[in-house]
Amino acid sequence: MNLTLNIWRQDGPQAKGRMVTYKVTDISPDMSFLEMLDVLNEQLNDGGEEPIAFDSDCREGICGMCGLMISGDAHGPEKTTTCQLHMRSFSDGETITIEPWRAEAFPVIRDLVVDRSAFDRIIQAGGFISVNTGAAPEAHAVPVPKVKADRAFEAAECIGCGACVAACPNASAMLFMGAKVTHLGELPQGQPERFSRVVDMVSQHDGEGFGGCTNVGACSTACPKGIPLDVISTLNMDLRHALSRKA
Amino acid sequence: MTDKNAQLDDLSDGGSQPDLVDGSEEINPPVADAHAPAPAGAGRDGTDLFTPGEPIADTKAPAGPIADKWATRQFDAALVNPANRRKLSVIIVGTGLAGASAGATLGEAGYHVKSFCYQDSPRRAHSIAAQGGINAAKNYKEDGDSIYRLFYDTVKGGDYRSRETNVYRLAEVSANIIDQCVAQGVPFAREYGGLLDNRSFGGVQVSRTFYARGQTGQQLLIGAYQALERQVAAGTVETFTRHEMLELIVVDGRARGIIARNMVTGEIETHLADAVVLASGGYGNVFFLSTNAMGSNVTASWRAHRKGAYFANPCYTQIHPTCIPVSGAHQSKLTLMSESLRNDGRIWVPKDPADADKDPRQIPEEARDYYLERIYPSFGNLVPRDIASRAAKYQCDDGKGVGPAVEEIDAEGNSRMVRRGVYLDFAEAISRLGKPAVEAKYGNLFDMYQRITGENPYEVPMRIYPAVHYTMGGLWVDYDLQSSIPGLFVAGEANFSDHGANRLGASALMQGLADGYFVLPNTIRDYLAKGPFEKVASDSPDVVAARAQVTDRINKFLSIQGTRSVDSYHKELGAIMWEYCGMERTEVGLRKAIGLIRELRADFWTNVRVLGANEQLNQSLEKAGRVADFLELGELMCIDALHRRESCGGHFRAESQTEDGEALRHDDLFAYVAAWEWGGENGAPTLHKEDLEYEAIEMKQRSYK
Ligand SMILES: Cc1cc2nc3c(=O)[nH]c(=O)nc-3n(C[C@H](O)[C@H](O)[C@H](O)COP(=O)(O)OP(=O)(O)OC[C@H]3O[C@@H](n4cnc5c(N)ncnc54)[C@H](O)[C@@H]3O)c2cc1C
Ligand code: SF4
Ligand code: FES
Repeated sequence: MNLTLNIWRQDGPQAKGRMVTYKVTDISPDMSFLEMLDVLNEQLNDGGEEPIAFDSDCREGICGMCGLMISGDAHGPEKTTTCQLHMRSFSDGETITIEPWRAEAFPVIRDLVVDRSAFDRIIQAGGFISVNTGAAPEAHAVPVPKVKADRAFEAAECIGCGACVAACPNASAMLFMGAKVTHLGELPQGQPERFSRVVDMVSQHDGEGFGGCTNVGACSTACPKGIPLDVISTLNMDLRHALSRKA
Repeated sequence: MTDKNAQLDDLSDGGSQPDLVDGSEEINPPVADAHAPAPAGAGRDGTDLFTPGEPIADTKAPAGPIADKWATRQFDAALVNPANRRKLSVIIVGTGLAGASAGATLGEAGYHVKSFCYQDSPRRAHSIAAQGGINAAKNYKEDGDSIYRLFYDTVKGGDYRSRETNVYRLAEVSANIIDQCVAQGVPFAREYGGLLDNRSFGGVQVSRTFYARGQTGQQLLIGAYQALERQVAAGTVETFTRHEMLELIVVDGRARGIIARNMVTGEIETHLADAVVLASGGYGNVFFLSTNAMGSNVTASWRAHRKGAYFANPCYTQIHPTCIPVSGAHQSKLTLMSESLRNDGRIWVPKDPADADKDPRQIPEEARDYYLERIYPSFGNLVPRDIASRAAKYQCDDGKGVGPAVEEIDAEGNSRMVRRGVYLDFAEAISRLGKPAVEAKYGNLFDMYQRITGENPYEVPMRIYPAVHYTMGGLWVDYDLQSSIPGLFVAGEANFSDHGANRLGASALMQGLADGYFVLPNTIRDYLAKGPFEKVASDSPDVVAARAQVTDRINKFLSIQGTRSVDSYHKELGAIMWEYCGMERTEVGLRKAIGLIRELRADFWTNVRVLGANEQLNQSLEKAGRVADFLELGELMCIDALHRRESCGGHFRAESQTEDGEALRHDDLFAYVAAWEWGGENGAPTLHKEDLEYEAIEMKQRSYK
C-alpha cells in the first residue's frame, strides 16, 4: 500500500506545531498502525530528519500508552487501541491525518506525545481502597456476589488511555472517572470511602481543566475497552448522594 | 543443523570423549579440569572467555528447617522505630508489580520513597500485559494443594536450578498476596456464591491459579498502582515518571543513589538515598522480538552490573510456545496467545513441505503430522513449554513450517527464507463441543488473533510459533534480595532466584508481589536499621563520576552521526541471539555469535545515527542507550550458555540430550548458579559459582514421554 500521511509535528511543549505531509510506500496490510509509523521513522532517520515522537509500550492493547487521533477518530476507525489497529483497515492511496490527543488537560510534549499525568492525580485524589499491606482479612471473609464482581470487572478494564477525553467535545474525563468509581463502588471493599472518593475525584478532575459532561456519548464510542456510558450515571448518582449527605 | 543423536557422554567419569559438535577430532579436557582455566583459545566450555572466581553463597537464610526460615529471618531482622523511618530514604526503579508493591508498602511503613519509571504513568509498567493468572497455595478446592506442593512444583518446574530457600518463602507468602489484592478491590473471577474461582495451569495437577479473565496482570497492577498513588497523596512516595535510570551511584561500596534522565527535558538528575531497589523487569528484548513491552530493557540491571552487582544465569530464557508468528520484517513485537488454547487445539504441520502454501482445510488427515501427539503420546499437545517450543522449531527447520516465509540469517550468516509457524487447529474441538462452547471459552483470544492476522480462527487453523517471553536470569541476590552491592536490592523479574531454568505459568506475578509486598519490606528494614547513612554530597567524586559517565555516553551517541539507525542494530542483535542463543544452542554457534556480537558492537559505536538533541524528548536517544547495553549483555548471555554444557529448562544444549532427543541435565557438574562479575571494559567476566543445595527436595530428571 502507498499512503499519504499528514502528521502533527511540534518540537516541544512551548513550540508552535504544524502539519507535515509524508509519503510511505510498500506498506503491508499486516502491519499495525504503529509499525507503519516505525517504517516512516526509519525512512526519516535515514534521510537525516528527526523521527516522529509517539508513545507506545505493550503494543497489545492493554497498557494504555498509545493513542493518536487518526483522521479525526481517537484510536482510528476501529474499536480498538492504536497499537492494535492494522493497516488492512485502510485502503491503498488513502490520505491519513495523524494528530495527538487534544485537550487542555493533556498538553503536548512533542509531536504526538501528550502529558496525561492529570489521570494519575485524579487517582491520587481517591481512586483507591485504603488497606495497608499485611492488614488484609482472609480473601474469603468477604464474598462478592458474581453480578457485582462482573460489573466491577467490566469497569476495571479501563486502560487509562485518554481516548474518551480526546473524543469528547468538552474534553471531559467522566468516562475514565466513572469507570474507577464504578469499579470500586460495586465492591464491598470499596464502600467505606465510596462517597468521599467520588467527591474528591470530581473536584480534582475539575481542577485539572477537564470539561463537564453533557451526555454526548462520544467517549464511550471511542473507548477501546467498551466502557459503558452508564458508569457516568453511577458516578452522578454517587455524587448526588454524597453531596446530599454532606448538606 | 545439529546432530540430534549426538550425546554428551557422562561427564563425571573423568574420561575424554570425542568432540560432538563439529565432528572434529579434538579431544575434551578431562572432566576434573573442565572448569579450571584452560589455555587461551582452548577452553571447550568457554574458559578462554572468562576467569574462574571464588565461590559465593547466600549467607542470609537462617539455619533450621525450611518451614521456619522466613519466620526466623523476619524476627531476626532489626527493627526501625517509626519516628526514624521518615529520615530514611529508598529509591525504587520500576513500577511493575514488584516496584509498585514495594513502593506502596515501604511508603506505608513511613520511609521516604522515590519511585521511577520510564512510562508516563506507573500504571503502564509491563506487568500490565500478563494474561493467565497468579498462583497461590490457598487450597480453596481442597484438592491437595499446600505450601509444600507449590514449593515442590516450582522447584521441579525450574529444573532444579533455583534456590530452595527463596522458593519456599515464595510459596509461603503466596496466600497473603491474594488476601491483599482482594482487599484492594482486584476483581478476581468468582463463582456464583461469591467466592473466588481458580483454574489449573501449565501442567500442574491442582487448581491454584487465581485470575481476572485474560487480564490478571492488568488488574493486579492497577491494585498496586492505586496503593502507590494513595501513598503519593499521603506524601510518603514521590513518583518520577518519564524518568530513566542511567547509572547507579556507589559510594564506599554501598548503593547510594541513581543518575536519571528526565526524558521530557533531558535533564540529568542526581537522586540520593539510603538504599536502592531495582524492580526494572526482565531483559527478553535483547532478542528484539519478544512478548515484552517495547521499552522493556536491561539498562538498570546492566549499569548496576558494571558497578559490581553480579549477573546470575543470564542465558536462562523462557520461550513460550503459543505466540502469533512473525508476519514480516516490519514486525516490532510478538503477541502471546494464552497457553490454555492447547487444552483444545491440536497442533500439526503438513507432512509434505510442498503443502505449506495450501489452504490447510484442503490438506487431508493422512497428509498431516500431529507431531506432539505422535512423539509424546501421554502428554500430547500439553507437553511443557520448552518441549512444545523445541518441537515446533524442529518442524520448521525441516521445512514443514506454514504461513508467510520470513527472512532469517542462518548459521553461516547468509539470509534465507523460512516459514515459521505451525497450525493450532480447533476444527475438532468445534465439531465436538460446538462453536458456541469454543467461543465462550476462547472468544477473546480468537478475536485478538483475528485482529492481528486478519484470519478467522473459527474457519482456518491458527498459526503459532514460539517466542521469547521471560528471562529467569537476573541480578544475583541473597535471601534478603540484596545484590552483591550492599544497599542495592533487586525484586521481581530483575532478580534471578526463584524460577531456575524454566518458569512455571502464573508464578512471575506471584513472585513480583511477594517480593514487593512481603519480602523486601522486612529485609530492607534490617539494612536500613543501620542508617541513615552518612550524607552523600552531590559533588562527591563518585556522584560527579557517575554523572559524567551518563553525559559522556549521551554526547557520544549524539556525536557519532553515522549511517545506521538504532533499531537496525537492535534487530540484527536480536537475530543473532535468536539463532544461536535461543531455543537450541551449540558450542560452535555460541562462539560464532560472540564474534558476530563483538563486530556488531564495534560497528554500533562508530556508525550509529542518533539525530536530535539531549534537551528534548528523544526516543532514538533513549533506544540507543538501551541497545548499547543489550549489545554487552548479549555477549555475556552467550558466554554463560557456552559454559553451561548441559540442557535444562528452556536452555537446550544440543550436545547434551538423551538418546531420544530430550534435554539432559548434569546435576553432578552444573547444579550451581552462575554469578558473573563484570570484567572491565575490555576484560573477561569472572564466574562465581553458588552451589545449589537441595535439602527439602530430591533432584530428579524430568520426563514427559
Ligand atoms: C504477554 C505476557 C503475559 C504474561 N503472563 C503472565 C501470567 O499470566 N502469569 C505470570 O505470573 N506472569 C506472566 N507474565 C510474566 C510477568 O508479567 C512479568 O514477569 C512480571 O510482570 C514482571 O514484573 P516486574 O515488576 O518484575 O517488572 P515489569 O512489570 O517489567 O516492570 C518494570 C518496570 O521498570 C521500569 N524500568 C525499567 N528500566 C528502567 C530504567 N532504566 N529506569 C526507570 N524505570 C525503568 C519500567 O518503567 C517498569 O515500570 C507474562 C508476561 C508477558 C510478556
Ligand atoms: S474509559 Fe476507555 S477511553 Fe477512557 S481512558 Fe478508559 S479505556 Fe481509555
Ligand atoms: S501500546 Fe499499550 S495499549 Fe497500545
